[in-house]
Amino acid sequence: MTVGTPDNLASSTRGGVGQSPRRPDGTRKVTGQFAYSSDLWHDDMLWGVTLRSPHPHARIRSIDIGAALATSGVYAVLTHEDVPGIKYYGLEENDQPVLAVDTVRYQGEAVALVAADHPETARRAMHEIVVNYEVLDPLTDPVRAALDPEAPALHEHGNVVRHQPVRVGDVPSARSRADVVVTGEYEIGMQDQAFLGPESGLAVPGEDGGVDLYVATQWMHTDLREIAPCLGLPEEKVRMTLSGVGGAFGAREDLSMQVHAAMLAMHTGRPIKIVYNREESFYGHVHRHPAKMRYEHGATADGRIVYATARIVLDGGAYASSTTNVVGNAASLGVGPYIVPNVEIDAYGVYTNNPPCGAMRGFGAVQACYAYESQMDKLARELELHPLDVRRINAIHQGAAIATGQVVDTPAPMREMIDRLRDAPLPEAVDSGDVRNLPGGVSNTTHGEGVRRGIGYGVGLKNICFSEGFDDYSTARVRLEVVGGEPAVLVHTAAAEVGQGLVTLQGQIARTELGVERVSIAPADTQVGDAGSSSASRQSYMTGGAVKRACEAVRDRLFQLAAERFDVPADQLSLSGGKLVSEHSGVLVALADLLGDEAIEETREFHHRPTTGMDPVTGQGDTHTQLALCIHRAVVDVDVELGLLKVVDLTAVQDVGTVLNRVSLEGQIHGGTAQGLGLAVMEEIQLADGKLANPSFTDYLIPTILDMPPMRLDILERADPNAPYGLRGAGEPSTLSSTPAIAAAIRDATGLQIDRVPVRPHDIVHPVTG
Amino acid sequence: MDFIKPTTWEEALEARASVPGAVPIAGGTDVMVELNFDQHRPPALIDLTAIDELAHWDLDGDSVRIGATVSYTTIITELANHLPGLALAARTVGSPQIRNRGTAAGNLGAGSPAGDSHPPLLSTGATVEVASVRGSRFVPIDEFYTGVKRTALEPDELIRAITVPAARGPQQFAKIGTRNAMVIAVCSFAVALDPHERAVGTGLGSAAPTPRHATDAEKYLVDALPWDSSEPLPGDVAERFGELVAAAAVPIDDVRGQATYRTHALSVMARRTLGWAWEEYRCA
Repeated sequence: MTVGTPDNLASSTRGGVGQSPRRPDGTRKVTGQFAYSSDLWHDDMLWGVTLRSPHPHARIRSIDIGAALATSGVYAVLTHEDVPGIKYYGLEENDQPVLAVDTVRYQGEAVALVAADHPETARRAMHEIVVNYEVLDPLTDPVRAALDPEAPALHEHGNVVRHQPVRVGDVPSARSRADVVVTGEYEIGMQDQAFLGPESGLAVPGEDGGVDLYVATQWMHTDLREIAPCLGLPEEKVRMTLSGVGGAFGAREDLSMQVHAAMLAMHTGRPIKIVYNREESFYGHVHRHPAKMRYEHGATADGRIVYATARIVLDGGAYASSTTNVVGNAASLGVGPYIVPNVEIDAYGVYTNNPPCGAMRGFGAVQACYAYESQMDKLARELELHPLDVRRINAIHQGAAIATGQVVDTPAPMREMIDRLRDAPLPEAVDSGDVRNLPGGVSNTTHGEGVRRGIGYGVGLKNICFSEGFDDYSTARVRLEVVGGEPAVLVHTAAAEVGQGLVTLQGQIARTELGVERVSIAPADTQVGDAGSSSASRQSYMTGGAVKRACEAVRDRLFQLAAERFDVPADQLSLSGGKLVSEHSGVLVALADLLGDEAIEETREFHHRPTTGMDPVTGQGDTHTQLALCIHRAVVDVDVELGLLKVVDLTAVQDVGTVLNRVSLEGQIHGGTAQGLGLAVMEEIQLADGKLANPSFTDYLIPTILDMPPMRLDILERADPNAPYGLRGAGEPSTLSSTPAIAAAIRDATGLQIDRVPVRPHDIVHPVTG
Repeated sequence: MDFIKPTTWEEALEARASVPGAVPIAGGTDVMVELNFDQHRPPALIDLTAIDELAHWDLDGDSVRIGATVSYTTIITELANHLPGLALAARTVGSPQIRNRGTAAGNLGAGSPAGDSHPPLLSTGATVEVASVRGSRFVPIDEFYTGVKRTALEPDELIRAITVPAARGPQQFAKIGTRNAMVIAVCSFAVALDPHERAVGTGLGSAAPTPRHATDAEKYLVDALPWDSSEPLPGDVAERFGELVAAAAVPIDDVRGQATYRTHALSVMARRTLGWAWEEYRCA
């Protein structure tokens, strides 16, 4: 494996690594011509709909499908009895029924399916299904689920999906050495990924008894491993092709309509299309775990942290989804990027009758980050230090260990990042005559009255790639041949382009490694090996790494071919501008001439360095592949009389190892920051006794252009020698740190605790004082 | 579901009379949301956008007559001088795309207490021109709202136009939302001063089952405002006005906000908007 930054990054191939070529899918997306999974069509197809539970917790006494089945135009009505294979699936535990068997555990759980020749017919028939429920009390308090042994068990093995402790040193004796102690209880509401393209896809029955699935997902091969057993089919009879994905952010890691559509297709022998509407989408995917967290930090008078304790309770809702690994992140990153010699963390992920929660950008690290950063601000106040100073004093660095004992063995320039942020200019005064610049915006609630400005900071530490011993490798197939007289490269992977720009980057890598400008990206499908998930900020690293290795293999064969033909040493050859160049003799031959009719194709896997699990008692272990830092400064104007606010400025410093595509990279940092802003000030799924109160974009608010300020970015490149090109995953870190920075700025403006996000107007106007 | 697209007002009235339950649609910014969420399955939609006369506004003496399909964008760009309160409210509606489609008459037809047009229409004493095959009538805005999403419209009637007196003094509007654009009102408030008549109008949105006046606050202000002075507004007058506006509200707790917060916010908005209106008046 090539380590570090290779020399050829500066190569002249247009559109290579380090440049920002146009996205291959960009024009079609901007002009509305891109086909998303909801646009799929088959002339013969039927429409599938899903009957869902209205109750968060109920026993199913009976299901009568007679009237629905008798409806004209209806081809199938299916329940759990019709699941051809295993009736349960799950990302980490097989605990979620394909269709509810005898119990429903959350509002919106799938109970029955209908296929009909028109979506309206299917919906009408769905309403004819009679489900006799015995309604049960829902368990909705995650702390009770975690700690009360008397709480009713929602699953056979109890309500605790995972309890992960972290134990370092001796907290009681450290406590006696602390000059200041700060405690806090923090809460995070349930955030939704709010992708714009709802769950949808097409299942086409195959002549061999198998099924072809066209779906929008994040990880086709794990879908396949979950789908095939439920359908009672071998994996090779379930052929998956990625359809246009309208955003993901973690919500497409779990299955939604995949098995349902395939079941209906196999049952009817007809292609089946399922498209959720926005409301159903809120019930049809997992959300970010809400959290209740209790923290204590002790420090000496000089600002050094001597211990920290944390109890983190993550509400996993009705089914496990990825709760196990979310808990692992919350525990291992529970005290953040700080050197803390004595640690007691207990992170719990629990079952409740709330909606299932799973992966979302930041994945367990977001929740902890809001709490430990709030604690840093409390420490700074107690110690009368600048918030950046307390962070700087305790900052990790290369060679230091995080709470798991894992030594950070690659660059971690946190102190430099803090210093750069401190020196970043503050925003210039805006025209306060334009209400768009003020809290409330166009709603015209203030012309300056009641407005106070606050400044806050946040630092986040995120693991990149999968952790805890998981080998999340990626596979790439690269083919080089002459097409129309020119050398052309085809890159084929199963990696999901979910909007992040992976297809652009794959092309850039192929251009750089093979010196060929013409690169096509084959549709992602399961006809090539596993690429792993488009999550954990890992695809540039992993699929980027696989494409690079496959290109290198193709290049090696080319060099061998040339070495034999021209009798030159293979190690003195290079590729540039579609030509083969020898160190001594200069240009040897054009690639097209060398190849002739021959195609060179190579498939390679890329594995990151191995990691270990967490010790079940102490939490210790080298569990993470790579760690990434981002730091934010937020400037927020708060109308303290109305509790409305305007985030005026967000400045971020992030270390990305190496910039591969600056435009894409900046988009990731902007987007992650905006999603963190949403969590800080508006995005929350509101629940009442386990029921969703706002399953729509009318009342689940995400930031608009008037809520998100222009950003200043300071991007550092401190290469990681373990990673392809030295890159550091960059999709998530900014999501962690923007939320606590904004909360801190609100705190600074109001003097309030701000111990819950999202911050609501009444939290500012009528704060509940603890 | 049938889709009826009349090209004349008479055809529209006939369609409305002959298809009970048919829903009129102009911009569709409310109607289509309800249909998409499957909350409503009317037998037919009557699309009013092909009726040319509804798409215009006219200055009719001292009043502006706004056709039923005039968009918010038109109100903002063409009527801000005559109807500043309504234009301010229109500016807070949705996104540019929604303002291009949505109409004030549609706001009235939906009758939601959160509709942004209601407070300025109340504060300015607008009149709603409604008609059916049986004839036309003019409904004062005060009598138009009869309950949550219920109005004085008879099942066979359509809104033809809204007549709003042209402003003779300062008008203001403010709305609380938890996002700085594109948000449904948590609560909203409009105030209109008429120095010629020495009259004050108010309108409250999302503060009660229907949009409503703050009658006591209006009466108080008529007497308390130093109409002949060009001095700044006495602080206690704005404060008292805010209290009386808040007292007129009977809000609820819901997914968008708490009742206590709404009451508080109404008093703050009343105080501030009156202050801005008074500054405009005394500096004029």
